[in-house]
Amino acid sequence: MVQRLRVRYAKRGRLRFTSHRDISRAIERAVRRAGIPVGFSAGFSPHPKISYAGAAPTGVASEAEYLEIGVVSVCEPERLRADLDSSLPPGLDVIEVVEAGAGSLADRLECSVWEVRLPGSEPVGAKAAVERFLAAERVDVERLTKKGLRRFDAREAVVALTAHEGPDGTAGREPSQPCAILRMVVRHVTPAVRPDDVLTGLRLVADFAPPSPPAVTRLAQGPLDARTGGTADPLDLDRDIRGGEPGPAVRHVGDHK
Amino acid sequence: MPVESLFPRLEALLPNVQKPIQYVGGELNSTVKDWDEATVRWALMYPDAYEVGLPNQGVQILYEILNELPETLAERTYAVWPDLEALMREHGLPQFTVDAHRPVRAFDVLGVSFSTELGYTNLLTALDLAGIPLHAVDRGEDDPIVLAGGHAAFNPEPVADFLDAAVLGDGEQIAIAISEVIREWKDEGSPGGRDELLMRLASTGGVYVPKFYDVEYHPDGRIKRVAPNRSGVPWRVQKHTVMDLDEWPYPKKPLVPLAETVHERFSVEIFRGCTRGCRFCQAGMITRPVRERSITTIGDMVEAGVKASGFNEVGLLSLSSADHSEIAEVAKGLADRYEGTNTSLSLPSTRVDAFNIDLANEFSRNGRRSGLTFAPEGGSERMRKVINKMVTEEDLIRTVTTAYGHGWRQVKLYFMCGLPTEMDEDVLGIADLAKKVIKAGREITGSRDIRCTVSIGGFVPKPHTPFQWAAQCDHETVDRRLKQLRDSLRSDKQYGKAIGFRYHDGKPSIVEGLLSRGDRRVGAVIRAVWEDGGRFDGWSEHFSYTRWMSCAERALAGEPVDVDWYTTRERDEVEVLPWDHLDAGLDREWLWQDWQDATTETDVEDCRWTPCYDCGVCPTMGTEIQIGPTGRKLLPLSVV
Repeated sequence: MVQRLRVRYAKRGRLRFTSHRDISRAIERAVRRAGIPVGFSAGFSPHPKISYAGAAPTGVASEAEYLEIGVVSVCEPERLRADLDSSLPPGLDVIEVVEAGAGSLADRLECSVWEVRLPGSEPVGAKAAVERFLAAERVDVERLTKKGLRRFDAREAVVALTAHEGPDGTAGREPSQPCAILRMVVRHVTPAVRPDDVLTGLRLVADFAPPSPPAVTRLAQGPLDARTGGTADPLDLDRDIRGGEPGPAVRHVGDHK
Repeated sequence: MPVESLFPRLEALLPNVQKPIQYVGGELNSTVKDWDEATVRWALMYPDAYEVGLPNQGVQILYEILNELPETLAERTYAVWPDLEALMREHGLPQFTVDAHRPVRAFDVLGVSFSTELGYTNLLTALDLAGIPLHAVDRGEDDPIVLAGGHAAFNPEPVADFLDAAVLGDGEQIAIAISEVIREWKDEGSPGGRDELLMRLASTGGVYVPKFYDVEYHPDGRIKRVAPNRSGVPWRVQKHTVMDLDEWPYPKKPLVPLAETVHERFSVEIFRGCTRGCRFCQAGMITRPVRERSITTIGDMVEAGVKASGFNEVGLLSLSSADHSEIAEVAKGLADRYEGTNTSLSLPSTRVDAFNIDLANEFSRNGRRSGLTFAPEGGSERMRKVINKMVTEEDLIRTVTTAYGHGWRQVKLYFMCGLPTEMDEDVLGIADLAKKVIKAGREITGSRDIRCTVSIGGFVPKPHTPFQWAAQCDHETVDRRLKQLRDSLRSDKQYGKAIGFRYHDGKPSIVEGLLSRGDRRVGAVIRAVWEDGGRFDGWSEHFSYTRWMSCAERALAGEPVDVDWYTTRERDEVEVLPWDHLDAGLDREWLWQDWQDATTETDVEDCRWTPCYDCGVCPTMGTEIQIGPTGRKLLPLSVV
């Protein structure tokens, strides 16, 4: 391996229905089609050197997914970005590629900023539910995981949670209906607290139940920024080490207040 | 008239179903053509789950060929899982295509590819969800022509009531021809409605329209005759054979799904047809003669397909891939070309001979060395003579020993249970064979770290084979023999631990037998099973033998026939078989003689290397054997 590159990509539109396994297959094939000189593990069953960090769940869109790719000959990051992006199906879009600096990328992904659109939900009700949730010490929720039904606290991991009124951008629905939009910053803990766990919590504390499935998007993930209460760009460190340009502006939860 | 996409309505349901990506479409190399610019619109269905249906070669080939026609459009649809079916019914969402999410009922043709009979109930689900009447006679001018193809279409009688038409054999040219007939008819303003269209198709002699034929029965339930009920319809409908496979190098641009599917590879058919003459093998009988794709076309197709897909595995498909006249050159040429690229090559369906070990070594050069599979099919020498699978015990042990000697650790042996004339000792012979294999393997490797897996399936007699007259073995006998075999393997202290055993119980084979050799009266059984909730019969978690039996009892109550009559009953030479009016080219007298030869353990050679034995296919169909060698070689790929 002569070089490692870190890739930020988005999962948009109907491709939000891909699972993380679907995505890894799609990326491996795109890498092959694009002729990217990916390295392979040695041994009986060689695998391409691509590692994925903190994939968003099936059905959840994301503007901030990350992976790291090891190559056997030096690649210019912007060229690799363009090649990989054009080789991937529309909806899996490569946003940025930087050369990896020191330290683990996965360790920097401390929390996520989520947007949850709730078409058909009254913003007033959502705001009231959010207040009750934030006022609670702990909110125990249950979720069926691969290890069976698990019960855990959904409150502590939530760093910030707000409700707004928003236009209902969901296709195929009446544009006139109300739509509440939640924004939340949630720390990555074990077991993971996901936006739907927070929604379960809202139902438990305030009997708040959206009439239709929520549309969830991960807006950002990265280190917790104590100053803003949002996330910092996890690739900043890689850029700092190389002395390169700063990355694209990351939206912070605080900006919307 | 524009047809709107159903996707927004579907999208609202997707968060609540398993593996939603399978319904989303947008696969690499998929095509969405403008609805209004096309005259003839096909919905192509593989009647099983997306994960099974997407890799199907037949559907991919027709999809590509039809979409290349300027005035034709083709989209794909698959069986939806019960979770989505329930939501679609609740929300009134009709069966949709995955390409542009258009309602299936808006198409001109619903083409269904039946690789197996176990997709029949899924056809009914799709028709019902689409809003298309289940019975062809109830369909109106706005309904598509429901057209079946695939190997099961060589006896479409059990689903005849649900089909408007069926075609036998290779689909490439007949699909284009049908599209042309429909285009002309539509351009003329659709004169005479769907009946005239069906008549135009039937009169070509190559499209079977079931409702233009009447079936008469004897009082005892046997068929008296099947005859056209109007003039201009042929007495027998012929199968289609594509000659010169190099002219049809499809798929050129393989579909690459986002969802996980059963075959994650780029597959090239290296030849069609097989004349080895295995008597149980319907595919080998109905796809004659052998037509090879040349080594250079294979090389070109692999190169283009790998480039267009990014797949890291290439499968060279056929009914017996090692029989290609230049397989050694193909294997070496491809292995050289893809050296160091982590592209693995696989060769399914190989015969039991030592030559194949060299091939396997070549094929595993760039990839994983997982396991080798051989199919002796019959456990005793006598059994193998009955089925004309000419491999001796010596051959088998020598081949497998060579494999172990070359470093293969795992060998899988495939057999069938319930073959005609089979006795308990034929099945128990499998255990002896497996033990000898392990013994020889331990001797040559000096190691106990070798394994062999015995995999065994139930035999189902199929139409257009010498065993079409045979009595199917009842499931009690099959299960008893499988249990004896299992006990014999498990109880062996010396070798038992090195031998794996995989089997299925005999009941599903009885249902498959009913559907394989059934006639039009079986349609009522299929419908009853479907109405009772029967779906996805190829999946053990969905299949219910009890449901099939109780529905069959009810649906056939007024008939002089029952499930046993269709399955475990031997037929005599003069009985009219439900598929006798469908012509696979095989001479009926030859098939009967081959059935007699089976019972006297007389073998038949392969007509590629010995003189013609008059099976009848080539003269009837105007075809010929097309094999190499061409003497050409694969050159290294030019580096871009």
